[in-house]
Order: sequence, then structure tokens, then C-alpha cells
Amino acid sequence: MLKTTLFRIIRSGWQSFTRNYWLSAATVAVMILALFVIAGLTLFNVMTQAIVANLEGRVDVSVYFNKDTDESKVLAVRQELVGLPEVKSVDYVSQDQALKAFQERHKDNQVLLQSLQELDQNPLEASLNIKANNTSQYQAISDYLSQDRFKGIIDKINYKQNQDIISRLTRLTGNIQVGFFIISLFLGLLAVLVSFNTVRLTMYTWRDEISVMRFVGADNWFIRGPFLVEGALYGITAAITTIIIIFPILYFVSPKITNFLPEVDLMYFYQSNFWEFIFLLFAIGIVLGGVSSLIAIRRYLRA
Amino acid sequence: MIVFQKVSKIYDGCTALNNVDLTIKAKEFISLAGPSGAGKSTLLKLLIGEEKPSKGKLFLDKQNIHLIKEKDMPKLRRKIGMVFQDFRLLSDRTAYENVAFAMEVAGATNKEIKQDVPQLLELVGLVDKLNQFPHQLSGGEKQRVAIARALIHRPSVILADEPTGNLDLLNSWDIVRLLLKINELGTTIILATHDREIINNLGRRVITLDKGRVIRDEENGRYIL
Repeated sequence: MLKTTLFRIIRSGWQSFTRNYWLSAATVAVMILALFVIAGLTLFNVMTQAIVANLEGRVDVSVYFNKDTDESKVLAVRQELVGLPEVKSVDYVSQDQALKAFQERHKDNQVLLQSLQELDQNPLEASLNIKANNTSQYQAISDYLSQDRFKGIIDKINYKQNQDIISRLTRLTGNIQVGFFIISLFLGLLAVLVSFNTVRLTMYTWRDEISVMRFVGADNWFIRGPFLVEGALYGITAAITTIIIIFPILYFVSPKITNFLPEVDLMYFYQSNFWEFIFLLFAIGIVLGGVSSLIAIRRYLRA
Repeated sequence: MIVFQKVSKIYDGCTALNNVDLTIKAKEFISLAGPSGAGKSTLLKLLIGEEKPSKGKLFLDKQNIHLIKEKDMPKLRRKIGMVFQDFRLLSDRTAYENVAFAMEVAGATNKEIKQDVPQLLELVGLVDKLNQFPHQLSGGEKQRVAIARALIHRPSVILADEPTGNLDLLNSWDIVRLLLKINELGTTIILATHDREIINNLGRRVITLDKGRVIRDEENGRYIL
């Protein structure tokens, strides 16, 4: 009995969806817009995250060791730093490597290279390049290295010189994230409200039918059910269409964005998270369509 | 079987029904006469539980309609068949589906639906229009579909609210004859109309309403205002 009723409710919703195709198409079109905005915001979020990560990745703190410090001591400090929760990575640059890098950087400057050769020994110091998980953590790392026990081996920590730019960057990345969150919330809410209102208008056209159903003795769930199915079908169709139209758009847009921001490949992100996208858009579509229908017909169900 | 005991209905200070006392026996054919605004439709709305009386009591088969819970209303509505002036068919369903819907909501099996719906549509003379949508049917045909739908639960009473209001003379009489035939088969009919000719030719009990009051109740009555 329950199976038959369920089948009838689904069939009824499907019939209404397919037979009133113009009305369905209009409603689905608005939902596509809403889902497209949501999907676009998700992809845009990936982009901002990459920009923020890129900015943060450019910041590091270098610790320079006195020239007479044993390599083993430097490596011991490195080991200690790696163990700190704030530290993401620590790269060791030996005196020789520093020299090679310096020579490479200034290979066109013969005067500088000659004067370097005049010197008896390598003037450059070994260093550790430290990257933190978060720009706000550099202060803590700098403080850690300023302890007395390191005084004998550490010549200088360049955090002080970079402190201003680092704190500005921390503020900037924080602002980008908060700004993006507010815009997302606003646009997402707008998309949801527009969809909800469209479904509400669609259901308004069915108000007479609903009263007919009540007159022939349909209970509220038998009336509600098909509209719920119809609403969910709007969501499913809109989700499928959105998923499909994102492909050609990304095909054209993604390479252009990659040109500007090499670490952002939206097409790759979309493809590698395809199932998550399907799940997200289906879930939002079904819930938006279904819940909007339920709320919209509630007023017509009051006897 | 239907009893109105001092029933009044007041909408925002406007009295639609005023102290109505009525008893309608099973298998009667009643014409409810009166001009527009006399209270005919309000009386029918009270019977199907769409409105609640402001005063008085209303019984159908000894059950006080006013006391039926919201969730049990669908069961009451399946006991009463309704036919309206504007047909009230589901516009996106065929004649067959409109009638079948009324059976589906009552939980009939597919086998019962396949058996009963064509039979009823044959009774109302529409067996060749099973798959037509309402917009493809004439007014008279739509009203026949509505009557077939009203009959599907084998109701003890059919309420017809101006069923001929949108029909020409020929179709109006077809519908009235159909209602008479259904009455002969044992169903109580309450026909609300302001069509003088139909009432005068029926020669049945006529209850005349005016300004919410029953002003005349006669066997073999006529439309007199």
C-alpha cells in the first residue's frame, strides 16, 4: 500500500513536471542561475585561497648563523624548529649553497664576482629559511629563536626587517577572506531567495488544483507529495544543467586564469572534485526546490 | 441523514446563514433555490467542512461535522461528492486521470481503478473521451467528468453547486437528467441553483433561501421569490 502510494506520488509529481514544461523550464532556469552563482562562488573561493596561499608562500623568515658555527649545530636547530607546531617547513642553506646562489644571481656582474674571488674565504653565512603555517605565526618563531641559548650561534634573524610587510600581508589576507565570506553569504542568500520566490509563484498557479484535490478527499501528504517531488525535480534538472554548462565555461576561462595565477587550475580542481560538486549542487537543488515547494503550498493546505 | 440545527454563519459581521433548521432524508432529491448571495453555497461549504458554523450544529449520518478533526476531513469528503459550476478539474490530467485521482487518494488498488473508472465514464457518456484533457472537452463534458469523479466513492450524498451555471440549455438538461438517474440509484442529491426552469420542471422538494434564511420548504415545490 505504502509502495503504491509512494509510486503514485512520484508519478504525479513527474507528470506535473513534464506536462507543464514551460512553467517547469522557467522555474528550472532561475534555479540554474542560483546554482551557477553558488558553484561560481565555490570556484572563486578556490581562487582566493590560492591567491592568499601564494602571498603567504612568499613570506619566510631567514636565520643566519655565525660563520664559525658547526653544520651539526645548525642542523640541530633545524630539527628543533621542524618540531614546532607553527612551522611548516625549514630549508637549510649551507655556506657553499649560499655562495653558489649568490654567484648565479650576480653572474652578469663581473666586478662583484672578481671582488668575491679576492676574498680568502666564503663571506656568506649558512642560513635556515623558515616558513610558517600562517603569517601571524612568524612573531612566535622569531621570539623562539631570540632565546639566549641561541645567541652564540645566531648572527641575525631577518624577521625584524620584514615585520612590517608581514603584518600588512597578514591583514590583507585576513581582509580578503572576510570580504569573500560576506560577498558569498550575500550572493548565496540572494540566489536562494530568488529561487524560493520562483517556486512560490509556480505553486501559486496550482492553488486551485490544490483546493480540488482537497475536495475529492486527498489528505495533505497526498497533495504535498507530488509538489515536493516536482520541486525536487526542478532542483535535480537545474543541478544537472549547471554541472554541464560549467564545463565549456571553465574550458575557456580556466587557462586564462592560469596565465595570471599559475598555481590556480580551476578546470583541474573541477574535474578532481567532480563528485563533490555533483553532490553539493544536487543537495542544494533538491533541498531548495523541495523545501520551497513545501513552504509555498502550506498556505493552500489549510482547510 | 443530514440535519441542520439552528445553524448560522457570520463572516466579519455579515450573516450568510441565519438560524437554519433543516432535515434531509436519505435518497431525497433537493433543489436549493434562491438568488445569488442567498446562502446556498455557504450551506454546501458547511456540509463539506470547508467552513465551520458560527452557531448551531450540523450532522451527517449522526456525525457532528463541526467536531471532525482536521486530519479526518478527507474521510468526510470522500463520503460526499461535490460538483461545481466551474467544474474544478485538474487541468493537467486527462478525464480518466481526474476520476482515477479521486480513487487514488482513497487508496484504491490499480486493479480497482482500471475496472471502475471506465465504467463510470461510460455511465456519464464519456467513454470515448478518456484521454482528453479538460481544455479539449466542452463544458457539458467537463461537468460529466466532474460528476463521474463525484460518484467514484459511491457517496451517500452529492452536492451540486450551480452545476448548470456555465452550460447551455441542452447540456444543462443532460446534467440534470444524469443527476436524476444517480438519485434513482440511491444517492441523495442536493442541487443548488437559481435556474427557475430547471426547478419548476423537476417537481421535487424545493428549499428556498433568501438573505440566509429558509423562506420556503415544499415538496413538489416551485421557484418563487
